[in-house]
Amino acid sequence: MSSKIQKPLPRVDELHRPFWEAARRHELVLQRCRKCASYRYPAGPTCPECVSDELEWTRVSGRGTVFTWTVFHRAYHPAFADEVPYAVVAVELVEGPRMLTNLLDCLPADIKIGMPVEVVFEDVTEEIRLPKFRPVSR
Amino acid sequence: MSLKDKSAIVGLGYTDQGKVPGRSALSFYLEASRNAADDAGLSIKGIDGIIIEPCPTDPRISAFGLAQEMGLELKFGADEQVQGASAGAIMQHAAMAVDAGLCDYCLCAFADTSYSSPSAGGVVYQAGGGINAAYGMFGVAASYAMIARRYMHEYGATSRQFGAVSVAFRHHASLNPRAQFRTPITIEDHQESRWVVEPLRLLDCCPVHDGGRAYIVTTPERARHLRQPPVYIMGFGQGHPFSDPLRRKTLTVTGAVQSGKTAFGMAGITPADVDVCAIYDAFSFIVPLQLEDLGFCKKGEGADFVQNGRIMLGGVLPVNTSGGLLSEVYLQGWVGTHEAVAQLRGDCGPRQVPGARIALLTSSGGALSEHATVILRR
Ligand SMILES: [Zn+2]
Repeated sequence: MSSKIQKPLPRVDELHRPFWEAARRHELVLQRCRKCASYRYPAGPTCPECVSDELEWTRVSGRGTVFTWTVFHRAYHPAFADEVPYAVVAVELVEGPRMLTNLLDCLPADIKIGMPVEVVFEDVTEEIRLPKFRPVSR
Repeated sequence: MSLKDKSAIVGLGYTDQGKVPGRSALSFYLEASRNAADDAGLSIKGIDGIIIEPCPTDPRISAFGLAQEMGLELKFGADEQVQGASAGAIMQHAAMAVDAGLCDYCLCAFADTSYSSPSAGGVVYQAGGGINAAYGMFGVAASYAMIARRYMHEYGATSRQFGAVSVAFRHHASLNPRAQFRTPITIEDHQESRWVVEPLRLLDCCPVHDGGRAYIVTTPERARHLRQPPVYIMGFGQGHPFSDPLRRKTLTVTGAVQSGKTAFGMAGITPADVDVCAIYDAFSFIVPLQLEDLGFCKKGEGADFVQNGRIMLGGVLPVNTSGGLLSEVYLQGWVGTHEAVAQLRGDCGPRQVPGARIALLTSSGGALSEHATVILRR
């Protein structure tokens, strides 16, 4: 395992620190606008709906549906060489924002737009627990 | 005041293109610029405005650096980064500049060395980083694949239907000596080509290349005294959905809705008046998507529209008669600008659309993020 090539890791900067700290507790949090109650993802400095900068990190349900997906048949990074073909999926959370992610426990051929999914956290390193999703029965 | 017919394209510059090793991006900008001035019958020293699209592999080159290499002190200049939509967006800016009297002859240019440049080799177009890379998401093609998947889901479009676009443009390329891919292909070839990022196959995707392009915009009065028949800029517009496709309300409505509406409004014509199109085709499926957003057919009917030779030479709406980005060469929107003008001049030989009077061109950047439409007439 330790000799394996590491997959690229997200950079934990000031903006994203609360996201990754919550992920360590296996909680999915998104920024929510105090003024208009919209959620946003990816993280940013303002609410695009009302351009308020009063955002607070809020725990969300972790539930959503598959919005779209693609299947990679070539590895553009050596760490993914053993995984092709693999799918990258966009999940639309019930709170609104869409997240790019991977689906666990689901072959690319079984992915369907609209299928319900829920978040699970993959423990990549001590600092990074990566939110991924898996199918749930309705 | 409308800018309809207030400017004209008078010079087209090409260079060697495709796989052209050992050349700097600057040399492509310069050669394309000289060739555009020669084509117009204009001294390069007459150029007093320059707008460039920055080179993906050498973004240090500026309009002002290019001017300096040609010994020109400019009255007007800009580096205009609208990604793949730059060629069409720059044409609009040039039209405004000459109409406003800010300059008389505005040279617009682009160069790329993505095929041969050792620092690039396509890496520019495969960038991935941040959290997306952790999920194995690399390259802009994958974003397009996600859009294609929604298009198939929402409107029932199929990979086989996308193949008709690739087949049509390859046929056009077979008639174009400049084209990189001239061997005709069939729908079966398309269906047997490997996945790049599903649902996009190799023959749905454009490659990367080397080369340069330039065109010159001036006022109609000046245009009438030059070597080439003027091609007038009738109408233009832009539309820019969010850069991140996943933050858009929908993936299947492009910036062509707005850019087309503005352009048709300025030109005072409808899609039925257009004789020939140059539609940005970095990927096959974005051609039907833009055609429906521009109003050439109803929303959701684009994939049907492109079947049965309708977009082929001899069809109701010939599209990308040079072979486009898919089969002529990948030089972003500059392939479409040049072919649209060449068609209206009647310069296209065996791929000429007989009697072409009005052409529409689009260019598009990012993952269908930035969009420009221009309508031209002879
Ligand atoms: Zn808000």
